[in-house]
Amino acid sequence: MNATAIRAGFLTSVQDLGRTSLREFGISLGGALDPHALRVANLLVGNAESAAGLEITFGGLRLRFADDRIVAWCGGDFDARVGSTALLSGHPAFVHSGEEFSIDSPMIGRRAWLAISGGTDVPIVLGSRSGDLRAGFGGIKGRPIRDGEEIPLGENPAQSVKLIEKLRAKKIAPWKPPHDWSSPARREPALRYTRGADAGQCVPAALELFRSARFVVSPDSDRMGVRLDGPTLERSNDADLLSEAVAPGTVQVPPSGQPILLLNDCQTIGGYPKLAHVITVDLRIAAQLRPSDSVRFREVSLADAHRALAERERDLEQFRRGIESHFK
Amino acid sequence: MEVTPLGDSAVLIRVAENFDDAPEHALEKVLAAQRALSAAKIPGMVELVPAYTTVSLFYDPVRAIDAGAPVENVFGWLEQRIREVIAKIDNVSANPIKSAVIDVPVCYDPEFGLDLEDVARQAGINPNEVVDLHVSAEYRVHCVGFIGGFPFLGGLPRNLATPRRETPRKEIPAGSVGIGGKQTGIYPIKSPGGWNIIGRTPLRLFDPQKNPPIVLRAGDRVRFRPITREELEGSTIERTGAERDGRAAAKG
Repeated sequence: MNATAIRAGFLTSVQDLGRTSLREFGISLGGALDPHALRVANLLVGNAESAAGLEITFGGLRLRFADDRIVAWCGGDFDARVGSTALLSGHPAFVHSGEEFSIDSPMIGRRAWLAISGGTDVPIVLGSRSGDLRAGFGGIKGRPIRDGEEIPLGENPAQSVKLIEKLRAKKIAPWKPPHDWSSPARREPALRYTRGADAGQCVPAALELFRSARFVVSPDSDRMGVRLDGPTLERSNDADLLSEAVAPGTVQVPPSGQPILLLNDCQTIGGYPKLAHVITVDLRIAAQLRPSDSVRFREVSLADAHRALAERERDLEQFRRGIESHFK
Repeated sequence: MEVTPLGDSAVLIRVAENFDDAPEHALEKVLAAQRALSAAKIPGMVELVPAYTTVSLFYDPVRAIDAGAPVENVFGWLEQRIREVIAKIDNVSANPIKSAVIDVPVCYDPEFGLDLEDVARQAGINPNEVVDLHVSAEYRVHCVGFIGGFPFLGGLPRNLATPRRETPRKEIPAGSVGIGGKQTGIYPIKSPGGWNIIGRTPLRLFDPQKNPPIVLRAGDRVRFRPITREELEGSTIERTGAERDGRAAAKG
């Protein structure tokens, strides 16, 4: 069965957890910019955590369903509805055949991830259903979804079928994950980072500025990276370095001195000095930054970064076990 | 050897100190490190990215912790394992990997070689001489990146080195062969770019429907062969990685 994107919105694409083991071929990780949000939304509807969902940027999506489904979304501060009923982030909802899910532009934040029971069933390309919009493959024809387009859905898993029956009457489940899981957007966030491998390629004052100044998100930010306007971070050397691997979270300093925080669709290698790396658990907050938002940076140790990641994984395991009863 | 964290999910391993003086030696060291690390199956390792003088090891910290890495020092735990693996590599230069030479047909017609004249002018020679020089050399792929399947080739005759264009083009057609500084490369798909374009190949270097999706990989040897526009327009050459490996085996 398909769902129809009556309105595709500003930028909506199919994303799962992305492509691994292909970086040496120059292929980006891709996938949901907030993989945690997608994993949680998938768990809420009864899918496998890695199922493909929709990444919605700035809202505007209206989706009509041709059969009964469970949906849930996590992300910025959006106004979403099933039919005419408001649907808050993190709550699984029943949508019946013919009904619409709609999501307006966000008050805070930039992106939301919508999981639909059965998942988005587009062909797997190089191990993933994610649309690589830069290279033009995967997802739906390697590009954003268009108005009127059909989105193929997989069959409802057995767990979701049970939840459909449970929610048929009351529509929206009262249970939800922790608040910051389903609503990661923040006003003026401070992103935690670890010191970059090439911090020495910038003058010492640059690192100090990076730690203390406020940066403003530039309009030409996308899935490749968040461009930041702020005080010029001076490099001690004008020449670019020999290219080497970069990763989502890497903060690089081009000759302009205006840093770029790389996200999932970033190139695999780069030659700009790497000043810092935003820690993995905070990339979900970075994914919510929109033009003219301001952001700060706070240095932490690598051990802090790993501890945060391990804790989140443990909490997710607990949540996974906790919601099992809802699908019985 | 320098081992540094590249954020909380990757480690940068610098296996060669110097590139410009001995690029082939750096490449052999990088390839040897990639092979050794790939075989070592360090717990939590996800993938390896070779580039010029470094190999980067991407890992899943949670899997490393599950395998016994202390949460307070995942990096130190990985570093120790990486150093053990690299230390066991035998003398690299004595034992370089034999790779076949991959033939890349290129049409150097000015219609496709948009910057051929500029490159010739900067080198102080005529466009035909640029072509002669470009096809005379044997190149090696030092890394693949920027976009899927883009090979960065070392070995460009010194005279042809040309700085990147001041204003990058918004769109460069797929198959365009370019010169960027001391390197030459091929745009596998249409993309923006700042390299000086000197020709076009019908060889399809990137195909997401195939696995592996690319033709040229780090370590491969490449030679360019001039073709006419008729030959260029006559065919798009499809070549899978498997065919490539078969060819390599046949040539020994």
